[in-house]
Amino acid sequence: MIGLLAQLHIRENPTQSCEADNGFCPDWIAHNFDRYVDPFFQHVYLTVVALAIGFLISFGLAIIAYRRRWLINPVTQVTGILYTIPSIAAFFLLLPITGRGNTTALIALVSYVLLIIFRNVLTGLDNVPDETRDAGRGMGLTDRQLLWRVEVPLALPEIMAGLRIASTTTVGLATLAFFAGAGGLGEQIFSDITFKSNVVVAGGLAVLLAAVLDGLILVAQRLVTPWTRAVAAR
Amino acid sequence: MTTTTAALGQFGDAIDFIFNQHESPSGGAQVGGLSKMWDLLWPHLKLSGAAMGVACAVSIPIGLWLGHIGKGGFLAINASNVGRAVPSLALIAFFVAYIGVGFTNLMLALVLLAIPPILTNAYTGVRQVDRDTVESARGMGLTGAQVVRRVELPLALPLIFGGIRISAVNVVATATIAPLAGVVTLGDPIINVNTYGDEGRLAAAIVVALLAVVTEVSLGAVQRAVTPRGLKIQRREATP
Repeated sequence: MIGLLAQLHIRENPTQSCEADNGFCPDWIAHNFDRYVDPFFQHVYLTVVALAIGFLISFGLAIIAYRRRWLINPVTQVTGILYTIPSIAAFFLLLPITGRGNTTALIALVSYVLLIIFRNVLTGLDNVPDETRDAGRGMGLTDRQLLWRVEVPLALPEIMAGLRIASTTTVGLATLAFFAGAGGLGEQIFSDITFKSNVVVAGGLAVLLAAVLDGLILVAQRLVTPWTRAVAAR
Repeated sequence: MTTTTAALGQFGDAIDFIFNQHESPSGGAQVGGLSKMWDLLWPHLKLSGAAMGVACAVSIPIGLWLGHIGKGGFLAINASNVGRAVPSLALIAFFVAYIGVGFTNLMLALVLLAIPPILTNAYTGVRQVDRDTVESARGMGLTGAQVVRRVELPLALPLIFGGIRISAVNVVATATIAPLAGVVTLGDPIINVNTYGDEGRLAAAIVVALLAVVTEVSLGAVQRAVTPRGLKIQRREATP
């Protein structure tokens, strides 16, 4: 029933047989590509904002827990539960509290990336060799200087790896954000799920976004950690 | 203050929906209540279980074999990256549009979703087995198949179950959108909110969340149970 209404909505005039057959129609795509632009940018918005907020929270938590080891278990358990709750369920659990819209979608998306980034930041910091740390101390660095000038830079590859996993995951989950009333490419997929052209374009854009974000973070990682390339080249 | 009590009221209604029957807001049929919820939960479990069974049967042998011969690492590791990049909704929509609706088609979509983490973890699990251990097993005269079965598989089990855990939680979550492909699961009240009402939708969200947490916790317990005792001791010594 929903599908039928949506079809009428998307294809006002299904005179051509390709569209009537739910086919893959390059002509239809070329003429209707506009309708995917706004959902695409809404998708980008949801993903980037959720990643930014999620990164700030989990990076902060990891830095605090790095010095206060007893925090690691409780933080891992709480973020683990948030990670486990399916985002589609999280959207509806939040609806009565935060209402429909971007806020609800962002809270659910942020809660999902916390564990991934927290764990990777902590692993990265823990993997800094003790000799490097000692050398830093020997040069007279304070704890704070050691953290920001030695430990965090050396943990960057691990941190960026976490960010990459989080970004592709978030793009995928944001396709469900329309359940929270936040639109995105998922809304387009859902609006006409049996129409091949629609599914391929909307789904394809989501996959493309995931791939581009992944590539951008990889490039950023290469730029901020030039020494990893030097080692690989040797 | 009023919004808080209103929110609590909605959660109360949703809990009530799980335990007691209601008349559907669209009229006629009765919805809600434990037996009706079970009628939604059971196909949800059946679908997820079938998909996980097939995914394990396909990906564990391949992962073990690739890990054993030490080839195909690129494929095994990138399977996960590619798998993550394809949104589950897009995957299911693709199946609906190109292959069709129904239990088998949807199960195949979920199998594709479940394979990458298990495959990657099975491969990594075998590769991270100490090479000296494998060499000594060979030195004791074990054949290739015996090395896999008696040495590499047991030592890789914790990681394999880690992969199964990731996949299972993901499959249970994704089975929620199964009604889009014509299979009634716990997602039915979420997709067809007109039939079940807002409280039915919230009730389904609560049950799905609980189901995912129970899956995660119980498979975590299995993962600890299958970890060989030797590995546990090793790990305790490694973390002072």
